[in-house]
Amino acid sequence: MAEMLEVSGITKRFGGLVAVNNVSFSVREKEILSVIGPNGAGKSTLFKLISSFLKPTTGEVRLKGERISGLAPHIAARRGVVRTFQETTIFKNMSVRDNVIIAHHLRSTASLFGFFLGTGAAKMDEAAFGQSADEILALLGLTSLANETARNLPHGHLRALGIAIGLATNPSILLLDEPFAGMNHDETMRMVEMVRRLRERGLTILLVEHDMPAVMKISDRLVVLNFGQKIAEGTPSEIQANEKVIEAYLGSEDEAIGL
Amino acid sequence: MTLNRTMKIAAVVAFLAIVFVVVPAAISSSGRFDLYYTLTSVALLSIASAGVWLTFYIGRINIGQGAYALMGGYVSAILVMNHGWSFWLTLPVAGLFCAAASVLIGLPILRLRGVYFAMVTLVLTEVARLLALALPITNGAKGIVSIPLPGALSIFGLTIIPDFATLQNSRLAFYLLAVTLMVVCFAVMYRLVNSRIGKLCQSLQQNEELASSIGVNIAYLRVIAYAVSSFFGGVSGAIFAAISQSIYPSSFTVTDSVNFMLNCFLGGLGYVFGPMLGTLVLYFGWDLLFQTGRFQLLIYSGLMIVLMLVLPNGLLSLAEMTRKKG
Repeated sequence: MAEMLEVSGITKRFGGLVAVNNVSFSVREKEILSVIGPNGAGKSTLFKLISSFLKPTTGEVRLKGERISGLAPHIAARRGVVRTFQETTIFKNMSVRDNVIIAHHLRSTASLFGFFLGTGAAKMDEAAFGQSADEILALLGLTSLANETARNLPHGHLRALGIAIGLATNPSILLLDEPFAGMNHDETMRMVEMVRRLRERGLTILLVEHDMPAVMKISDRLVVLNFGQKIAEGTPSEIQANEKVIEAYLGSEDEAIGL
Repeated sequence: MTLNRTMKIAAVVAFLAIVFVVVPAAISSSGRFDLYYTLTSVALLSIASAGVWLTFYIGRINIGQGAYALMGGYVSAILVMNHGWSFWLTLPVAGLFCAAASVLIGLPILRLRGVYFAMVTLVLTEVARLLALALPITNGAKGIVSIPLPGALSIFGLTIIPDFATLQNSRLAFYLLAVTLMVVCFAVMYRLVNSRIGKLCQSLQQNEELASSIGVNIAYLRVIAYAVSSFFGGVSGAIFAAISQSIYPSSFTVTDSVNFMLNCFLGGLGYVFGPMLGTLVLYFGWDLLFQTGRFQLLIYSGLMIVLMLVLPNGLLSLAEMTRKKG
């Protein structure tokens, strides 16, 4: 399988703190790769570096050979790297359908001025966006809520809407920031199914997550971070058997307190 | 849908009939020609307020429109007085000058949000006033006076607008000019807000991070909206200078900037026509309270506070509430 995303030697310093230290890995096409690690391991920073929300101190990220780090978020999105958010980040005063329609921004062929004038291209865009939005809503099981104001959605559906917004941009790789956080077992299982369906549609997915059982179930490969460094990389079974990972997660307190 | 459309067209026709036919007819039959001046002011202030409203629409509290109104007034006055330009040419030039200036100012300051942006814009008005006092070209505190009335505007030898100085009633002419521009301004605003651009502006207002993650160039869109806003401010200031035939550093002050913002609040930040209604009500409300003498400001500010508490979404939210109940 071809390599989709390549993270090479990326480092981010905040003053004296090294949040991400010389991390390298790559994501293959149509792969689901998860980045895991204890709290404060630098997962979120890494995530922001890949989506160009932060500029790396050194190192770079390439998508299909093209550098996408150190730019602006909207340029990274234009090149095909789109992130969802950890918190319930949506356009809360718009309807669910409008949320998804507006997210088709990158697919527009008409200019801003064209939309102002209502040119033929603008009208075609509008019609295409509406249709595509309805398909995405159907895919994520949100059709019945299409006209609801987004802020009224229950938690699980909000997360689905976040993914719907990401999908609407037609990304090459979708970055999911803790998609299972705060979900109960049933919701998590539904979300796992949903993410798998996305991959079946040809999407490459990189996710950052705490929820171990879900991650082990869903991922093709995992990258484990601890204190900003990559300590392991491999398939779920390899990771589960890895000494360093077990130590990072359980800590060495057991010895320290004499057990 | 079609009924809705018919209603909209009827409302527009009725509005145009009122401002272009009914009001002038009523004024000439009652002899209250001073009302022309009042209504012209309302129309011009509502154009400047519409600009402020647009910056609210992208999620920025703009208390700096006075700066652009002042700038527009000076640009027009200087071009007419020192360079002999026709007023009609200076009008778009003043607007464009302000738009260009706002791009330069906006690029750094539009990164700020909330109260920080509001504070910087508040200072802008004061900076504009001090600049007008200090620059040699603006003639300091003496200002620029005896600006001639707008001359004739002709295209290909055809006179479209007659020379204002030759008119018996230049008040009516200014009224028609101001109202026409107001109609154009709000038509543009309506179209902006109801096209995809409006949705993009809303996306900025509601979540800039998410907007940029879906590929919206938020910095670009913010600057565009701010430039349009300042264009309206400049045009309105230029006409004010032409009407009063003068411009001083104190022609637009922080109070004006605050009023532009209040007009938007009062009319309703969620409604395109909010600034128009807000300006009308505030302007006449202030005049009506004149009889209360030294209590004018107290009653006025008290009423504003009560209105914002009771109707946080502005006067136009009343109409929506009654429609929903009905």
